[in-house]
Amino acid sequence: MPEAATATATPARDATKEIGFGDAVREAIAEEMRRDPTVVLLGEDVAEAGTTFKVLKGLVEEFGPSRIIDTPISEVGFTGLGVGAAMTGMRPIVDIMFGDFLMLVMDQIGNQAAKIHYMSGGKWNVPIVIRATMGATRRSAAQHSQSLHAWPSHIPGLKVVVPSTPHDAKGLFKAAVRDNNPVVFFEDKISYTKVKGLVPTEEYVIPLGVADVKRQGTDITFVATSSMVQVALGAAAMLEEVGISAEVVDPRTTWPLDEETLINSVKKTSRCIVMDEGYGRYSVAAELASVVQEGAFYDLDGPVRRLCAMHVPIPFSPSLEDATVPTERQAFDLARQMCNR
Amino acid sequence: MTTATKMATDPGLKIGKEKLLRLYQQMVAIRLFEERVNDLYTRALMPGLAHLYIGEEAIAVGVCEALRPDDYITSTHRGHGHCLAKGATPDLMFAELLGKEAGYCKGKGGSMHIADPTTGNLGANAIVCGSAGIATGAAYASKYLKNGRVAVCFFGEGALGQGILYEEMNLAQLWKLPVIFVCENNSYNEYTHFKEATAGDVAARPEAFGIATHTIDGQDVRLVHQTASHYIERARRGEGPAFLQCLTYRYHGHHVGDIARAYYRPKTEEQEWVTQKDPITLHGQWLMDNGMADRAALDAIQEKLVTEMDAAVEFAVNASYPDPSRVTEDIYA
Repeated sequence: MPEAATATATPARDATKEIGFGDAVREAIAEEMRRDPTVVLLGEDVAEAGTTFKVLKGLVEEFGPSRIIDTPISEVGFTGLGVGAAMTGMRPIVDIMFGDFLMLVMDQIGNQAAKIHYMSGGKWNVPIVIRATMGATRRSAAQHSQSLHAWPSHIPGLKVVVPSTPHDAKGLFKAAVRDNNPVVFFEDKISYTKVKGLVPTEEYVIPLGVADVKRQGTDITFVATSSMVQVALGAAAMLEEVGISAEVVDPRTTWPLDEETLINSVKKTSRCIVMDEGYGRYSVAAELASVVQEGAFYDLDGPVRRLCAMHVPIPFSPSLEDATVPTERQAFDLARQMCNR
Repeated sequence: MTTATKMATDPGLKIGKEKLLRLYQQMVAIRLFEERVNDLYTRALMPGLAHLYIGEEAIAVGVCEALRPDDYITSTHRGHGHCLAKGATPDLMFAELLGKEAGYCKGKGGSMHIADPTTGNLGANAIVCGSAGIATGAAYASKYLKNGRVAVCFFGEGALGQGILYEEMNLAQLWKLPVIFVCENNSYNEYTHFKEATAGDVAARPEAFGIATHTIDGQDVRLVHQTASHYIERARRGEGPAFLQCLTYRYHGHHVGDIARAYYRPKTEEQEWVTQKDPITLHGQWLMDNGMADRAALDAIQEKLVTEMDAAVEFAVNASYPDPSRVTEDIYA
């Protein structure tokens, strides 16, 4: 992982304050809860504890325990309850403490929430947000470190958000709450402490399905998601020193997917590395690489390459775990090799 | 049975005559509907699978006749009876079963996924116990929004093996949610007797959560209706969930194609339920014994429904299939 990244290439607009990644999510939740009384948040230790990551600290004091709701340790139970509440007039936010626990909840997400609108011929809506975390290098071992955003991305009927900056996290979370479909929102755990950024003091919403060019470049495109955006930006800075101009494109949502922005970038640069912290096999990175390959084939100098988590259960020991996550150095070396410089 | 029901203290007499006849009519409607499903299926006019509710009609009718139109239900793969009892119309039901555009779900759901907001039907569900969370969530929303609605979660005893049921019962009782868990115990998890799959006493499970629990004869529509009414109004008053175990029987197989059933249940057992415990026969006899109707009146109810059901089938058979271009509609709201 990079050293603390303090800013991104996102245009600052009227930015007047710098906040952390977790602060951005909390502000988005608070703003949406003030705006809409049907928004509630359910999860394990979300109230006084403010989650195990302390990201929601202060919300229960403002909104009370009837809207910031501590649940039993029953991910299936409270996610299923959230689906039913979403169908009947609420806009619940369900907090899955560790994204790994999505495996417990997949029936409620994949068989229920995702399909209800379609199966009912468009008659029932499920406006639920499922918050989950992702990302390794916290020495949390194999059941608390995975990046499973490919799982919901595979299912029609779901939308999936993988923000990389406080600016994006806040604006996209607000869009997720207002969306009439189930949205799975992935927050990189390392970003809570390491990523800060500028956000406008004025209210803003970022539509789902619009990619963002985090850095302009001409020689190679990094298509990077979530935690890997900071890694790609770090690699791009290193590449600049050896005369290679790298562009960094952040899809921000895996679905809906802004294919056009990805393809146009690669048509311009003719080279592409996809960086994603999920596993590489049958993955988000595989899909993004395929989209680029199909859309920019005749402009490519060579195959699209992927940098992903190693295909192993995430190990505990720091020396082992650090070997599983793509680094700036790996991205730098691969880009130089592809550019023959 | 007959002598007992003739006693003036028969609690069924507390139900008004109009409602008593309505209970009969609704059960007959479901029976006639399902007989036509069986016919459509065996004539290869119905795609997919057909899980018939015949034999269990008293439960859906007894419970749903105790609900308000804006109350919620969730249903199961064996769900036609629940949907009809909550107010679905047979023509749009048949159309959905045949995969037609005019169906409740535009042909996208089929037999196992009938859903209809206008009757509070949150949807039939083809995952066993898959809707326990949805029903409990609807009850949660009712409590939060203070709209006085109650949610009923119908499920078979096969769902007792699913963990989500216990998570939802825990949440429902913790938060005193207006949800009624209605367990239709027809004794068979598909092709396996439930006692081979269910340890201990069924009622002890909800009781362990402190949930009001009642086991009743699911073939007695008056008893189902009165018991359900009690717990539904209790839930509406904010006094929390209830669990009703209704003992019943599935006359047909797990699905229409399940014909050779002797390996998992004896024919004598089937015959006993059909001849001794049929909910429609029992209630019809009770109505006559208590001077609520004579045979001619009951026959007239049936004849009117036969005409209605035949017209509904004709509507569905003649309806159009959805254009293939519709396949990508309704994925997102």
